Amino acid sequence: MAATKTKSIKGGEFLIKETAAADIFIPEQWNDEQLMLKKTCEDFLNQEVYPYLDRIDSLEEGLMSSIVEKAGGLGILAMNVPEEYGGLDLDFVTGMLTSEVMGAGHSAAVAIMAHTGIGTLPILYYGNEEQKKKYIPKLASGEWKGSYCLTEPNAGSDANSGKTKATLSADGKHYILNGQKMWITNAGFADVYTVFAKIDDDKKLSAFIVERGYEGLVLNTEEKKMGIKGSSTRQIFFNDCKVPVENLLSERENGFKIALNILNIGRIKLGGAAIGAAKAIIQHSIKYANEREQFGRAISKYGAIRYKLAEQAIKTYASESALYRASQNIDDAVNSLVEGGLEFAEAKLKGIEQFAVECAILKVHGSETLDYVADEGVQIYGGMGYSAEAPMERSYRDARINRIFEGTNEINRLLIVDLILKRAMKGELDLMGPAQAVAQELTSVPDFGGLGNNNLFDYEKEQIKKLKKAILLVAGAAVQKLMQTLTKEEEIVMNIADMAIEVYVAESTLLRVEKVVDTFGEQAAGEKIDIARVYLSEATDNIWKSGKDALNSFVDGDELRMMLMGLKRYTKQEPLNIKEARQRIALKLINENKYDF
Amino acid sequence: MKILVPISQVPDTTAKISFINNDTTFNNAGVTFIINPYDEWYALVRALELKEAGKAEKVTVIHVGPTENEPTIRKALAIGADDAVRIDGDGDSSFVAGQIADYAQKNDYSLILLGKETISYNSAATAGLVAGFLDWNFVPYATKLDVNGNTISLEQEMDGGVNQLSSPLPLVVSAAKGMALQRIPNMRGIMAARTKPLQVVTPSTDFPVYTKVESYTPAKGRTACVMISEDNIDELVDLLHTKAKVI
Repeated sequence: MAATKTKSIKGGEFLIKETAAADIFIPEQWNDEQLMLKKTCEDFLNQEVYPYLDRIDSLEEGLMSSIVEKAGGLGILAMNVPEEYGGLDLDFVTGMLTSEVMGAGHSAAVAIMAHTGIGTLPILYYGNEEQKKKYIPKLASGEWKGSYCLTEPNAGSDANSGKTKATLSADGKHYILNGQKMWITNAGFADVYTVFAKIDDDKKLSAFIVERGYEGLVLNTEEKKMGIKGSSTRQIFFNDCKVPVENLLSERENGFKIALNILNIGRIKLGGAAIGAAKAIIQHSIKYANEREQFGRAISKYGAIRYKLAEQAIKTYASESALYRASQNIDDAVNSLVEGGLEFAEAKLKGIEQFAVECAILKVHGSETLDYVADEGVQIYGGMGYSAEAPMERSYRDARINRIFEGTNEINRLLIVDLILKRAMKGELDLMGPAQAVAQELTSVPDFGGLGNNNLFDYEKEQIKKLKKAILLVAGAAVQKLMQTLTKEEEIVMNIADMAIEVYVAESTLLRVEKVVDTFGEQAAGEKIDIARVYLSEATDNIWKSGKDALNSFVDGDELRMMLMGLKRYTKQEPLNIKEARQRIALKLINENKYDF
Repeated sequence: MKILVPISQVPDTTAKISFINNDTTFNNAGVTFIINPYDEWYALVRALELKEAGKAEKVTVIHVGPTENEPTIRKALAIGADDAVRIDGDGDSSFVAGQIADYAQKNDYSLILLGKETISYNSAATAGLVAGFLDWNFVPYATKLDVNGNTISLEQEMDGGVNQLSSPLPLVVSAAKGMALQRIPNMRGIMAARTKPLQVVTPSTDFPVYTKVESYTPAKGRTACVMISEDNIDELVDLLHTKAKVI
């Protein structure tokens, strides 16, 4: 639906290439139809979810499945399903918009996201025609609910180590499943489960479509959780569970690949949902800060509170900028693969896989933004933030899971660096050339030439380029010095991942605001310019710290001093009155009494 | 029977209301517009229910206003109207009602169902004026509406009870709360709205604009709330007497 096709760079290439502002998608350009779809999701939450939050969290029998069905009735579950299977076949970026809005739905958001994502997509992308015809229309309409069974008590982050076994029955008609799955979202009311298990003594997982009614599928009681209490989470036991052989999904031992590819999509979607949840919290925070008076004035008049409101908005806007930039990149990649002759499912998977680095970045950044926003939301509410009668207590508890599921943020950080290095090794991403150029630059005379400063963001764009050099400096040195042992030096890998995340998000924010200025004018962009500058300033400091911590751990002597000097040069900043910039951002929120960036 | 549902466009309920040009013009900068809820939630949804029950053959929405109001019309189509008409002009209630009446007459509509008032100007004038121009029966503030052949049965809330009415067609009805429940536009409906017909009609010159806005005066905002402890009745009485001056 988004009409403009952008000249996207390949996944991960943001580290070494520049992107033109005109080439990214910005949420300021949603069309009327997309805004209407968004409004439908908002109305759905207002009518069918928010009035029932306590009842949902008490796991009232039948309530969540009726909410999922109502979402299905409105078409919310069918967004990314092709028309031939009863779907709406919307593009990825529009689907992301609805995920974002639904993300504010607490436990219902988890149930619906799990259903449309990990519950539906394995069959949609890997099922054969018969499997798709049988299951997808019913999942897209909400008549059946989906669930995904990967994790086991001893196989969490290390998903491929699962012990659930499948053996062919004597008559060859069934696979007999035996084992135990854990933390299964939607387990209590799902009709269809995608279950991962190893056939006989296979090294890799296979995937099976298991229906609730199959003999030998036993549900444990509901887990008692810190948050998302209304989301059904149970253990599932497979005791000689008989699964018809035709329910093997894709090929034998293809399960781990399915699991990973589906998680790529889940990750970026989680990033989107987190942004929706964060915006809802900011909305409450602004209103409360404007209403609550202390010492005779609304607490929104105090700088300490304004700082919090501004930071909530800055981080959220920044994460959102990166989210939609990547989503549009995925759409473009998928479209060009389809044009090149690939069929739908394969094109979707390949397109998303190309941007797996960005998906992981958005998972980490979105979930950590949400946690920050929720934490400060509680703080702005003060004592009431701790009370279950105000909305912050639930938001705070519900936010926390996002750093854990769909791959912990630690696993995702490892993945970011691992994927980048693997692509560099395979020659898909030319990191070595630019990294060597940076190493060369360290020993040359620094360029003291000032900038022309003709355009609004000349200085900031130059700074982004330098930040990329800072990453190449640290990552290049780490690869060179540590070689094969780098992946085991997890603290250093985390440092490098943090640098990559920060530069991607800072650049996306800057590009978005630049495009806003180019499209609507500097006046209309208003405080968004402050947002881009404050985020960039903080990202620069963070990159300096991560880089320094990394270098200090594996370089020494004169070489270390030289590298630290180089890092300092690349992370140098012009003075910015960050306090005043945050004040302006907060004032806009306070005056409008809402988040409207 | 064809039903015509006139829809008006109003600022979103959370919009900040201000005026420009010496307080003679509503300042629509940064304002989000919605379909007038009385038109949408009650009139349009009830009309659609009648169609779904096989009691009406077609539901058309009509709007009098400029091109930039078309997203609002598309929303009505997304909710389920079959087609839409936009009369390309703007004016006071009399002008708007005249255009609606003119179109209804020329195009063979026999039931006109609209909200009892807009939530922006609250003048509740349009429905009666439409009926006046057409010389049709008019039932205002209806909370229930059903169709039995050529007879329309209706209910109005009245002080302490309910008034049950029936009327032959043609008829103009203004809808009040209770006639139907708000419908969230279905995703499929939103996508379908793209291709539904939206006809643009030049306004008839038979209906002049009679009124001119001299100026708007924004309402004074509410003053700060004073909290008084529940066991301090004396202070309450004193404040009501000296400050609020109501007793």
